Amino acid sequence: MPEKQIAKFSVTHLQVLDEKGKVDAALEPDLGQEQAVEMYRWMRLARTLDERMLKLQRQGRLGTFPPCTGHEAVSIPVGLAMKKGDWFAGAFRELGTRLVRGEPLTNTLHYYNGWEEGNILPDADLRILPTSVVIGCQIEHAAGLAYAAKYRGTDEAVVTFIGDGGTSEGSFHEGLNFAAVWKAPMVAIVQNNQWAISIPRETQTASETLAQKGIAYGIPVIQVDGNDPLAVWVAVNEALDRARAGDGPTLIEAVTYRLMMHTTADDPTKYRQSADEEAAWAKEPLIRTRKWLANKGWWDDAREEKLLAECKEQVDAAVEEFETPVERAHDESFRHVYGTEHAVIREQHEDFLANQEREGQRG
Amino acid sequence: MAKLNMVQAINLALAQEMEKDADVLVLGQDVAVDGGVFRVTDGLLEKFGDQRVVDTPLAESGIIGSSIGMAMAGLKPVCEMQFSGFSYLMMGQFEAHATRMRSRTHGQITLPMVIRMPFGGGVRALEHHSESREVLFAHLPGAKVVIPSGPRNARALLVAAIRDPDPVVFMEPKHSYRAFREEVPDAEETLPVGKCQVVQEGTDLTVISWGAMMRPALKAAAEIEKRRGTSVEIIDVQTIAPLDAHTIAESVRKTGRCVIVQEAPRSYGASGEIVAQINDRALMHLEAPVKRLTGYDVVTPYFGREKSYLPNAERVVAGMEETLDF
Repeated sequence: MPEKQIAKFSVTHLQVLDEKGKVDAALEPDLGQEQAVEMYRWMRLARTLDERMLKLQRQGRLGTFPPCTGHEAVSIPVGLAMKKGDWFAGAFRELGTRLVRGEPLTNTLHYYNGWEEGNILPDADLRILPTSVVIGCQIEHAAGLAYAAKYRGTDEAVVTFIGDGGTSEGSFHEGLNFAAVWKAPMVAIVQNNQWAISIPRETQTASETLAQKGIAYGIPVIQVDGNDPLAVWVAVNEALDRARAGDGPTLIEAVTYRLMMHTTADDPTKYRQSADEEAAWAKEPLIRTRKWLANKGWWDDAREEKLLAECKEQVDAAVEEFETPVERAHDESFRHVYGTEHAVIREQHEDFLANQEREGQRG
Repeated sequence: MAKLNMVQAINLALAQEMEKDADVLVLGQDVAVDGGVFRVTDGLLEKFGDQRVVDTPLAESGIIGSSIGMAMAGLKPVCEMQFSGFSYLMMGQFEAHATRMRSRTHGQITLPMVIRMPFGGGVRALEHHSESREVLFAHLPGAKVVIPSGPRNARALLVAAIRDPDPVVFMEPKHSYRAFREEVPDAEETLPVGKCQVVQEGTDLTVISWGAMMRPALKAAAEIEKRRGTSVEIIDVQTIAPLDAHTIAESVRKTGRCVIVQEAPRSYGASGEIVAQINDRALMHLEAPVKRLTGYDVVTPYFGREKSYLPNAERVVAGMEETLDF
């Protein structure tokens, strides 16, 4: 009995728009001027908000947060490709997707300033889950959400995100496996930004790609240039079509770079070289997207200037709203422990209020 | 009305709730074709099909994590941990999401779901199959932990747990699965989550227990009544979290003496919390220190030794005598 090959696997890498702004015409999606410009506008807005948040944090006007600069070519096209009724089960570095899906800018500001109110959507039908701070859990939630979509016979899909570090977590594997076995309408996106705080990609896994981890679960995978919004757009649309057609989940590895610190409490100079960061900045997504639009004749300096002013205005307005004092009841937590009344909670609530009263605190 | 054991009674609750509500579904390792290793979910696959009775891959975190997703989408999953000894692999999801989602979204996202798991010793099971770890769940704010003690209350409590708006850990004392039968009405019956039940009224001594330990507690109460004519009030805790401290305190204020029987290790067990609640609410009514009959702070021994480590009626009687004679 000779040995024979019984399975064969490969991983494709997709790049449509390179760092110089050169586009592969054969692969270029037919976005049209309006959609292409809209995509860039969202990318610029997400960047503007992220940069402002860093300033606010450094000025002590915002708590610790994970900057998303450099991830816009992943988060924005994904958000734009989703439809109403789709669920977004994010990790915590997809500010762009949240904005595109309709979450107010102020939610992110309130959230990272220590208020659960930032988790509350103006409309639950937006279907954006709160950030998943604990790494990996959201992949399993996405599998369950996708099961529910299928169970109810809808054409809703679920998009979930994780980082390169997250692919080492059990929940990543369990969630992918469940969704694959269930042929559930889920799209999982690995934002491979090369760093899990201080742990580089090569210390994280011996795998040649992160995309190939999906092959083990029998699902289609692809690796894309995560600084190329067109490659992401193509891949995520294919994956969503597949999900809606009942053909199950897809794993997309988007290769990008964490240009900033892990969170504002982190100091990357401890573990990585500034030369590497500089090289990564040369590949960042906004420059090439702008070049691509300009080459098409859809963009110029005047429009850029106008957009920057608009984004600033939008962020200014959000920050102003965020910093407008509101009175928030400090006893709020007691109202949401359970959906039913219980004496032990009521008594502790009363105790808390008595302490507040005695200490002369408000709310 | 039929005489059912606890396995059949739980099965009845699941079948009736699934009949009533298409959002209720069952998932876990071996729950469908095999009907569960204890046959608790037997026959459900045939009745409700494989979309509602779902054999999952073997992964506890995946089972609860996907159940959380289902619940966020408005379904009411009843998932099974095959044995509580494997449930620690779901703890990350349970703490980070199941117990917190309501609070962190101020009620915008809620998780009506049940996590069933057999627990406890006494059935000569494999290692890691015989522990009582209810407080690991009960300590987490937002968690509800329900433990039935017999077929009838198991059915009534499970129905309530499935309809509850919060995640409920439903711990089934497997020593009681087939140990005895009770009349279980076919018509709907529920018991409230979050309430203790006074199962026998008395005036001289309060005995508090839950789960499989209710049997030795009841047996000991009968013995002490026979021996000394003591009037014993017996409380079946049923919900470990949130604890119904009022029912407990009210009873102890009346009797002045209390014995708690707990299978789990003593330190940091639920009995400790019960003593603290009595201390807060009924200290001046006590005629004797509250007595705890519990498991020991040792790793649950393999079944060759387990019987000598489990509290039994004889030890409970001795504890009652001590309390009464104080």
